Amino acid sequence: MLDNLKILFHQGKQYIPDVTTAAVPGIFRGRPVISAETVSETDWTELCPTGALSASPACIDLGKCTFCGECARVFPGKIQFTTDYKMAVNERNALIIREGDDRVMQVNPGQIRKEISAFFSGSLKLRQVSAGGDNSCEMELNACGNVNFDMGRFGIEFVASPRHADGIVITGPITENMAEPLQICYDAIPEPKIIILAGTDAISGGIFASGPALNRGFLNRYTVDLYVPGNPIHPLSFINGVLDLIRKRS
Amino acid sequence: MNYISIRNNETIPLSAIPELPYAAFLELNVFSLLKKGPAHCVSYFGYPDQGKIRLICCIANDDQHVIYVSSALVDGAAPLPSFSKQNLVFEKFEREIHENHGIRYTDHPWLKPVRYPYNRFDKNQAIGAYPFFKIESEELHEVGVGPIHAGIIEPGHFRFICNGEQILHLEIQLGYQHRGIEPLFLEKKKLLQRSTLAENIAGDSVVGHSLAFVNCWESLCHFQPDRELKLSRTIALELERIAVHTGDLSAICMDIGYQLGSSVYGRLRTPLINYFQKWCGNRLAKGLIRAGKSDYPLTKTLTDDLLALLEEYQKDFEEISEELFSLPSALARFEKTGVISNEQALTLGTVGTAARMSAVKRDIRSSHPHDLYGELQHQPLIKNHGDVHSRARLRKKEINQSIEYIRELVQTLHVATPAPASLEAPRPHSFSLSLVEGWRGEICHCAVTGENGELVHYKIKDPSFHNWLALALAVRNNEISDFPVCNKSFDLSYCGHDL
Repeated sequence: MLDNLKILFHQGKQYIPDVTTAAVPGIFRGRPVISAETVSETDWTELCPTGALSASPACIDLGKCTFCGECARVFPGKIQFTTDYKMAVNERNALIIREGDDRVMQVNPGQIRKEISAFFSGSLKLRQVSAGGDNSCEMELNACGNVNFDMGRFGIEFVASPRHADGIVITGPITENMAEPLQICYDAIPEPKIIILAGTDAISGGIFASGPALNRGFLNRYTVDLYVPGNPIHPLSFINGVLDLIRKRS
Repeated sequence: MNYISIRNNETIPLSAIPELPYAAFLELNVFSLLKKGPAHCVSYFGYPDQGKIRLICCIANDDQHVIYVSSALVDGAAPLPSFSKQNLVFEKFEREIHENHGIRYTDHPWLKPVRYPYNRFDKNQAIGAYPFFKIESEELHEVGVGPIHAGIIEPGHFRFICNGEQILHLEIQLGYQHRGIEPLFLEKKKLLQRSTLAENIAGDSVVGHSLAFVNCWESLCHFQPDRELKLSRTIALELERIAVHTGDLSAICMDIGYQLGSSVYGRLRTPLINYFQKWCGNRLAKGLIRAGKSDYPLTKTLTDDLLALLEEYQKDFEEISEELFSLPSALARFEKTGVISNEQALTLGTVGTAARMSAVKRDIRSSHPHDLYGELQHQPLIKNHGDVHSRARLRKKEINQSIEYIRELVQTLHVATPAPASLEAPRPHSFSLSLVEGWRGEICHCAVTGENGELVHYKIKDPSFHNWLALALAVRNNEISDFPVCNKSFDLSYCGHDL
């Protein structure tokens, strides 16, 4: 017992006091900024492994971006990744960053469904479904609940059963083999319920987008409430995104 | 010679692989090559060739540090005798060949689907109708778990047959994570796309799989990485091992209800993966390993940070480990739980930590050294009991060993401005094989090129491919409540298996 207390004491304070303002260590690649510099359109669009770059005007789609940083290496004057991890939005189009855009990305209050702020602002229980995820977003979602990020302090938690959940967090590009289990899980969640897509693979299919092993029909049937880009998502992107979604009034 | 001996990361012309009649091919691999000292099958696969199926079998000899490669060209329609009938280590490989190419085996003991790939030979096979083993008895009951599990974890279906609380039998059905990665390697033509695919095979083994890909690719392109490149890759691989093993110890503590252990190991992992972010901008090292170059060279500042971090880490790591491994309530859950005997491990052909926990000295870092492992003179660590305790202790010991390796390697860092090197085109009509000892075990990537050096076939084998069956056997006669800690102590990959 004493040993355990000693160990506990030796850990010191591990939690991040304010997850909304914490700085990430090192060279994190977060929300990018595109300048007006002229570059060859073909070189620009051909470069990206997942087709996230488009031209006239120059844009990057964070729903497709794998955050490999290759574009910033080849065109350092054209595009730079900032360390801003707040990238979660509730409209698919808001993930597209255009030339000259340098605004904080946030949830659009006008698009939040009324039930969300009415029911979930103080407590949100989520069910996670990995539908072809590579276990990287899954590990980062687990990290959201660890002693460092401690998402539980906001009443946001992952639960074991869809029956206990207020919504679903999907990772992975949604494989054909997971399409049915995903639907069954979603159907088992009581209304009202939300859908969050976590990671590039879930939002667009990522590098697998063109593959015949996927079945993304689920996404055509329902409205997505939150998109969290990243490959994998950073825990701070996820936590801030969800807080933004449940705290704003529509 | 009816086979060719190659080294790890060697590229040979396809024509150099001897082609044998199937009967001789079977005889050679099962009865001769596997018996030449400590040897095991690292990859066995088929691909379409001249309207038939080309089978390539790769047997690694761990003493001689070579891999024996042989091939056979078979007609997909004619039924064949199986390797598995003679030796169980081929069991999964032949199921995969059957599922992908429709080759019928006359005497395979367990010819069931592997992962229901989209391009499977028999489209009538449906993932919802997997033929589970059944026992008809009024005393027994079945427990079905998954594909979606209670935690934040990948999907797979576990079907238990239980007698009360005791597990008699477990069958594991996978395939839910199948994304069709192998064909995508052929379709995506740009190198950056392929690197991206490699680091998405299994997000917990980003360094391992990326390294297997770049070693394979560089070998195909005649590129010799310099020492600095190999050094940073070796450090990355060992750091990934430390980080994931630490996370696993956290999860093992969680599954026995030891909250303090889980929290401490969990928070100890954080600075390790944050270090990857400092180094390359991604907590799981995506973007760090690239063929022919490094976009994030190691600097003196970075290695100084790493040494300081490991110093800090080790103090707290030793403290919590000493407590965990002397805690009677933890040991009671660890010891004699989920046992795989040495004999079982050899029969199943387990690899990595799942082999070394049962005193099987199988470790690519010593048997087929890649990158700087030759210099390190790596000696595999082993445990003897094959239970949860052995798996947890082995992780602890491997973490300390990896820390020592990093300290040793960092001393030899010589920062130089890398000369810009360009990769040649991959050699045509060639075969290349790369083995990497990731934290989970041996990763094997094989590439076959065609007329213009384009990829004709790309084969990936994650260590989990061998080890899932070991988990199913380990839980027999254990209580079903011990399943989570057994599962976590193996920590196998779903997506690495399903591809």
